[in-house]
Amino acid sequence: MQLKPPTPAVRIGLSVALATGLYGISFGALAVAAGLSVWQAVALSALMFTGGSQFAFIGVIAGAGAGGAAFGAATLLGVRNAVYGMQMNVMLRPRRWRRFAAAHVTIDESVAVAASQTDPAEERRGFWVAGLGVFVLWNLFTVAGALLGDALGDPAAWGLDGAAVAAFLGLLWPRLKGRDPVALAVVCAVVTVLAVPFVPAGVPILLAALAAAAWGWADRRTAPVVPATDDGGGSGTGGGPGGGIAAAARDGDPSAGGGADREPSPPRDPCLNGRPDGRGE
Amino acid sequence: MDGLWIWIIVACAAAYATKLLGYLVPSRLLDNPRMLRVAGAVTIGLLASLTAVNTFASGQAVVVDARIAALAAAAVALLLRAPFLVVVIVGAAAAAGTRLLGWG
Repeated sequence: MQLKPPTPAVRIGLSVALATGLYGISFGALAVAAGLSVWQAVALSALMFTGGSQFAFIGVIAGAGAGGAAFGAATLLGVRNAVYGMQMNVMLRPRRWRRFAAAHVTIDESVAVAASQTDPAEERRGFWVAGLGVFVLWNLFTVAGALLGDALGDPAAWGLDGAAVAAFLGLLWPRLKGRDPVALAVVCAVVTVLAVPFVPAGVPILLAALAAAAWGWADRRTAPVVPATDDGGGSGTGGGPGGGIAAAARDGDPSAGGGADREPSPPRDPCLNGRPDGRGE
Repeated sequence: MDGLWIWIIVACAAAYATKLLGYLVPSRLLDNPRMLRVAGAVTIGLLASLTAVNTFASGQAVVVDARIAALAAAAVALLLRAPFLVVVIVGAAAAAGTRLLGWG
């Protein structure tokens, strides 16, 4: 690549990559605290590479759930990536082997950055810079976090179980825009807690997923899935987890609405369009 | 190779297959309002459920312990628009601090 000043999409992609990559540390540390080996944590980041599902997998294992339940939770949480893949296929039209590479880096962050752009070349740059940038940094920081977690010893003494709670709330938070998502979240949390004493560990999570699917199926007001920078982070300048990129994605991507009868987009989060890199040099 | 490794490999394969599916199937199969709503609702429901399990479950028992302090502290941090990593550290500090005070 020649030395040119980075375009807006490249700069947004890089800042998202840095913010998201950094908390690969928390994934690595929590994975080891949940009982995975360092290599298992590394394998999840390199091969699964979708933060929400990775946290879901170790979250079930940490709660003494079976491997099958961890698989179920991770896979269901990854379903939104199929929707993103479809949108990116329409937007970027990757050909041949690029399609297989694009699939692997199809995550909330890369999709949100691509969707925040309007020029096709910028969409493409934003997607690849964010996707590959997050991939490299997320994996590096996972290794660092896993080694750190290994060295810490007793997870409870360091509050790592509390860190897991905070991580899941942080992943959920940017998706709670409006009253309906909050009601859905509360219902699913209640279903989970009620089910805990009666079914094997891990299964309550799958029951909540079932309840949520029924909710989405029946309630025409439910918002369609949109890419939050789910793994939190957002633009990395204290802009708050995810909101900015997600809001930009909603406004910028005509296909994100999917023709669904959703309410008008919530107001844009100021953290993206107020930043210098939302615009030209 | 223990059982957990097998589930990790299977889950990773499923995650990639899911992503690739979006690129390979005709878009009309996925791009309908109902599918998009279900995908949106399942994402929120799972994250809410995982938050609840990690806060209140201890095996098959429902318990209230230091993790509830982590939940509250994380919510405050999120309200103050703290970045994700700060939220996680605040959660850990709240749980560890509560235990240091002799509860949970």
